[in-house]
Amino acid sequence: MNINLTLIGQSITFAVFVWFCYAYVWPPLINALTERKKQIADGLAAAERGQHEQELAEKKATERLKDAKGQASEILAQAQKRATEIVDEAKDDARTEAERIKSGADAEIEQEVNRAREHLRQEVVTLAMAGAEKVLKREVDATAHASTLNDLAAQLK
Amino acid sequence: MSGEAQTAGEYIKHHLQNLTYGKFPDGHWGLAETAEQAKEMGFMAIHVDTMFWSIFLGVAFLWLFRKVAKTATTGVPGGLQNFVEMVVEFADGSVKGAFNGRNPFIAPMALTIFVWIFLINAMDLIPVDWLPLAATFIGQHVFGMDPHHVYFKVVPSTDPNATFGMALSVFMLTLYYSFKKKGAIGFASELTLHPFSSDNKVLQLVFIPINFMLEFVALIAKPLSLSLRLYGNMFAGEMIFILIALMYGGGWAIGIFGGFLHLGWAIFHILIITLQAYIFMVLTIVYMDLAYQVPEEH
Repeated sequence: MNINLTLIGQSITFAVFVWFCYAYVWPPLINALTERKKQIADGLAAAERGQHEQELAEKKATERLKDAKGQASEILAQAQKRATEIVDEAKDDARTEAERIKSGADAEIEQEVNRAREHLRQEVVTLAMAGAEKVLKREVDATAHASTLNDLAAQLK
Repeated sequence: MSGEAQTAGEYIKHHLQNLTYGKFPDGHWGLAETAEQAKEMGFMAIHVDTMFWSIFLGVAFLWLFRKVAKTATTGVPGGLQNFVEMVVEFADGSVKGAFNGRNPFIAPMALTIFVWIFLINAMDLIPVDWLPLAATFIGQHVFGMDPHHVYFKVVPSTDPNATFGMALSVFMLTLYYSFKKKGAIGFASELTLHPFSSDNKVLQLVFIPINFMLEFVALIAKPLSLSLRLYGNMFAGEMIFILIALMYGGGWAIGIFGGFLHLGWAIFHILIITLQAYIFMVLTIVYMDLAYQVPEEH
């Protein structure tokens, strides 16, 4: 165990190794480590943010759903209301139409009745004439007694 | 055992001798053939085995980590990258925990110290004769050396030169940062105005040399304890491995007993080599932190 030049050689070797490590080995490794640490931290933060956003989206979705349901029921109610309205209108229309048809029919019946009565009146006149002819056994001047007969006929009402 | 007629003492001595290349007293350079020759070379010599293994392991460490660093992705890391990142985070965490200043140089240094010393210490786990025998074989057949004179010590941290060298570099750095952060006057006052101080000027003058003695010893003790702790632990561990290895030459029963001892000590030693590397790293960080601390006013 003699102390000799090895001492200085070792010191120089040591210095060179430390320098090499400092210059070429340490920086890339420690950079990779810090970079990865940062990436992991970022990833975790992003995951948290994503979760938060998902929660928000879910909340929003339920809100939308609720809105939609509300709107749908509103629309349904309106539709129902409209439907009853339409039915009512149709009923009214039908009623007026029926009234109209009925009044038309009434008028026609009246006309018919009048016509029939007129006809009957004529018939009665003729019959009366024929009867009178038969009763009188002679020719009655129809024109001379027309007014009398017409009065008679008029009494037939 | 490497050698036919080796005694136990020779075996141990052979294992504790570095392969030394240096300047002989007569002026020519060459490999020392005996421990005495290595001693005679004095300071102008270099331990080839220590330098080889420490550089080899350091390069292996840097090559592996550089390879991973070049392809490091921020995505899902592969197995090797995962391992490297674990070590890097460990060193980074240690620095963040103990070092309060801001210096991007400290963490890579801590990483280098930890991994390099760990690898160097781990050489202790390779059975004590394998690499020296391989070295003897190569020395004998490639370089034509006398096999008895091929020394090979594979654990650089059992060579005080290695541990002192590292501690010296750390010490220089602490001095540098102390001067840089505190200034020459701040550093000098730190060495001379503690732990005794007085408002009385005369008394203060008396205290200065005493303080300096105490603080200077404390200052010098830092690199010394740093290196001697590592050296002592590893040297003792290596010594025990060598002693256990001696048992293999003592017959069947002792050999098998030695095998169990070897296994047990090796498992225990895994803890020691990691712990020593960790201690060296943490103490370096702490010394750097002390260098960065600007003293509060008195």
